[in-house]
Amino acid sequence: RGGGSPSSDFKGFTLLMPAVSVGNVGQLAIDLVISTFNMTKVGYFYTDCLVPMVGNNPYATAEENSMELSINAEVYSLPSKKLVVLQIRSPFIKNKYRPFCQTLLSWVKSSKCDRVIVLSSSHAYQCDDEQLLGTPLRYLLTPDLEKAVGGLMQELNWKEMEKVAAYPGINDKVLHIPGGGITKLLFTESCSKGIQMAVLLKFCSEGDNIPDAFALVNYLNEWHQLIKSEVNTSSQWKIPSSWRLLFGNGLPPALF
Amino acid sequence: MATFFGEVVVAPSRAGVDEEEEAREETPEDREIRRELEKKREIDIFWTLKSGSTTESSADEPVVCSKFIVAIGRNAAAFLSSFILDSVCWEVVGVVKLWNEWCRTSSTTNVLPTDSFCLFYRLISDPTVWLCQCSCYVAEDQQFQWLEKVFGRMRKEGLQVTILSTCPVADYKTQESTLTLPSPFLKALKTKEFKEQVCCPLLEQPNIVRDLPAA
Repeated sequence: RGGGSPSSDFKGFTLLMPAVSVGNVGQLAIDLVISTFNMTKVGYFYTDCLVPMVGNNPYATAEENSMELSINAEVYSLPSKKLVVLQIRSPFIKNKYRPFCQTLLSWVKSSKCDRVIVLSSSHAYQCDDEQLLGTPLRYLLTPDLEKAVGGLMQELNWKEMEKVAAYPGINDKVLHIPGGGITKLLFTESCSKGIQMAVLLKFCSEGDNIPDAFALVNYLNEWHQLIKSEVNTSSQWKIPSSWRLLFGNGLPPALF
Repeated sequence: MATFFGEVVVAPSRAGVDEEEEAREETPEDREIRRELEKKREIDIFWTLKSGSTTESSADEPVVCSKFIVAIGRNAAAFLSSFILDSVCWEVVGVVKLWNEWCRTSSTTNVLPTDSFCLFYRLISDPTVWLCQCSCYVAEDQQFQWLEKVFGRMRKEGLQVTILSTCPVADYKTQESTLTLPSPFLKALKTKEFKEQVCCPLLEQPNIVRDLPAA
């Protein structure tokens, strides 16, 4: 804890983090993970790359634990599941997303995290006809992680994020994640740095993205089994108290 | 922006980063333009800690400060002007010069209440007590710089910081409608190191503070 990046040793841990992306789905999904497992805050990033914000504890369950301050980039851990989670709560300042990615990936290396999972989303309106049918969930694996878990993805019957033509009519295909924020940059940088990274993303649009967050966190759960997948997995995730009033205040009685 | 029924409007995404725009490689000209803009957006602080002379902030000894009250925004700055500041007990010790799309401040300390300015004052009878009136808007990319340059000047041990700011009642998230809420009202955030009694209720989730007060 303290100024600078948290310099704890997370050897063997999986880092779970969101991309600030369309519908904030990754961030909402991370909120569900932190809230459900009552994760302990272990540090924060003191960074000039994100818009500053502060508030009281977003995962408060009672008066006693409601008074801890919370800022824009905080790290939580759950040693029992070898999980360390980064939550990002505000957008990137213009031109600062690249330095943030660099700082983040060098922290991943120095803290010895085993692998990184990025929860993200992409604009649904960019889906082609084929993508509109079937599941809206996709995954990506860096080559280093592909070697370790590629087979598992086949067993789970997951769909890999399709590459698209760089220009209409050109056969050369590239990775394109519209609305994904820093997802593509993190992924391509991790490929070249030999970091084991997986991206789990959902096609969605802006609106009430709570169902999208549940879908994404359940998708993660198919792989990592954080909670037992019984009949109704969704009901086992605990919604944090800060999700209250996402769509505005109560109405003035004088309106009616 | 008015739209007619059936018109497709591209909504601004909360993702923030426009991938197409950001994915372009930066040309040397782009880099030069960006550097010039960054230089223009740099914050300069002029300290007048020794009476008379005005010098740019330099790597001097950090100043001992016991209390630092920062008023951010016109309302908070006006509060300090009306109830606390006067030319007998307080002296100006610093001024911030900055530029952004919303406002420009100058290095003059002779300001009108309607100007945009950011001034630092010190209590003459106890020079460890400082005040800051910041009525100008400090942009997102300047907030960290402001923070580092201001607090970099002060010794942090034994320092108590109080930040005064205002927000529109309409932004306050509450179960009832804000129309019936008695206003104005006070809410506070405090660090766990702050042991004194707070004079008003704490800010409940999901309300947050952003920008310079948050920084």
